[in-house]
Amino acid sequence: MLIDWFTVGAQVVNFAILVWLLKRFLYKPIIDAIDAREKRIALALADADAKTAEAQKERDEFLAKSEEFDRQRATLFIQATEEAHAERRRLFDEARQAAEELRVKRQEAIRNEASLLHEAISRRTREEVFAITRKTLADLATTNLEERLVEVFTRRLEEMDDKVKTDLVASLTKTSDPAIVRTAFELPPAQQAVLQNALNETFSTEIRIRFETAPNLISGIELATDGQKIAWSIADYLLSLERAIDELLQEEKQTEAKLEPSTQERTNP
Amino acid sequence: MRLTPDEIIFWQYGFFKLNATIVFTWMLMFLLAVGAKLITRHLSTDLTRSRWQNLLEIIVTTIEKQISEVGLSQPRPYLGFLGTLFLFIAAASLCTIFPGYEPPTGSLSTTAALSLCVFVAVPFYGIAEQGLPEYLHSYMKPTLIMLPFNIISEISRTLALAIRLFGNMMSGTMIIAILLTITPFIFPILMTLLGLLTGMVQAYIFSILAAVYIAAAAQVRKTRQKVDNDRNHQHVHILP
Repeated sequence: MLIDWFTVGAQVVNFAILVWLLKRFLYKPIIDAIDAREKRIALALADADAKTAEAQKERDEFLAKSEEFDRQRATLFIQATEEAHAERRRLFDEARQAAEELRVKRQEAIRNEASLLHEAISRRTREEVFAITRKTLADLATTNLEERLVEVFTRRLEEMDDKVKTDLVASLTKTSDPAIVRTAFELPPAQQAVLQNALNETFSTEIRIRFETAPNLISGIELATDGQKIAWSIADYLLSLERAIDELLQEEKQTEAKLEPSTQERTNP
Repeated sequence: MRLTPDEIIFWQYGFFKLNATIVFTWMLMFLLAVGAKLITRHLSTDLTRSRWQNLLEIIVTTIEKQISEVGLSQPRPYLGFLGTLFLFIAAASLCTIFPGYEPPTGSLSTTAALSLCVFVAVPFYGIAEQGLPEYLHSYMKPTLIMLPFNIISEISRTLALAIRLFGNMMSGTMIIAILLTITPFIFPILMTLLGLLTGMVQAYIFSILAAVYIAAAAQVRKTRQKVDNDRNHQHVHILP
């Protein structure tokens, strides 16, 4: 008999025990270990996924920020450019204005300088004329300028028409102040006496006179009372001389102005 | 001529006896249990692990995969029974390389015991999965006429399991024994190698067949549900 039933029973029991043993010592621990590892891996993967998602989110945020930054930079750049343009325009305007002011000032200065120069020339001319006259008179007629001036002034007084004369007398007698005789130079006492006599004779009354010197009245003499004035000087002659010189200068300027454009035309092809 | 290790009796007291089959079975049990205990004593749940743990994990996951490929989509409850069947038969065959060892699977008593276990396990899992009435009803499928044939098939396939394994293991050892008497050198070693191969194949066949039987018993309802679902699905496809 190939089958021994006791052995069959024993083997069934043995097999049952083996199933229990292997379940206890093999399958359960191994499966638990595998499950634990898979769980760990799953957790690690989930963590990695979360990190990837977070990284993606951060990347998106960064990109958005970067774009925002670019946009802001562009805006700021445009703004800065506009401001720079405005500033440049403002500076240009300021510079132009300053240049304009400077030009005006310079013109003013030139004008002042010209007028000063003009004045200086006039004064110098008067002085020179006066000096020449004085010298010429001394050389030719052995007389001095002061004498001649007083002489001329007295002759003019005599030649005055009556209406002016009466007005002057009225003016002279009305005031208690003495009449003022201004000359460009200090009159010698002889001349003063001559002048006093001439005035007394002319106005037929005793006239009180005070002598003053006024350097502006170059080679001139004037009698001033309250509101009335009689004067003679070489200023009129000098004025006509100035006019003549001015005309000459104007002619020269016009000539230069005419010449300049033609020069420019030649230099600019 | 000794056909089975049952015949080697070390001790006997009336009905009780201690023969080579039982002793070698105990040795195998000890080897498997202690080996498993030693290896699984320091299991690592980390990514790095020992080679032995790796080997055991490969064995266990391969068995699991095979069971699920048979049709048991949730292999965990069946792993203890089917895995032990495979490991026991495989270990019994592999140990034939040791001289003086008699595989317990070369005894018809052992194979009959294993077949009986399968014979019991099939309805056990079937009932656990479907419930008793449903399981019993499955014997009358497709018609009541099939009831005796189903029962005969149940018994005959158990017998076939027992005798197939016994025949293969017994013939292996028998051939080696005969060859040893004729050509004592080299040729028996080749036959031992062949015996190892057939032993592994038998272990695989036995456990896979057991898995198929259990799957057939446990999956009847699910299969029918699946068929119904497929049919409904087809309807859905046809209707429009």
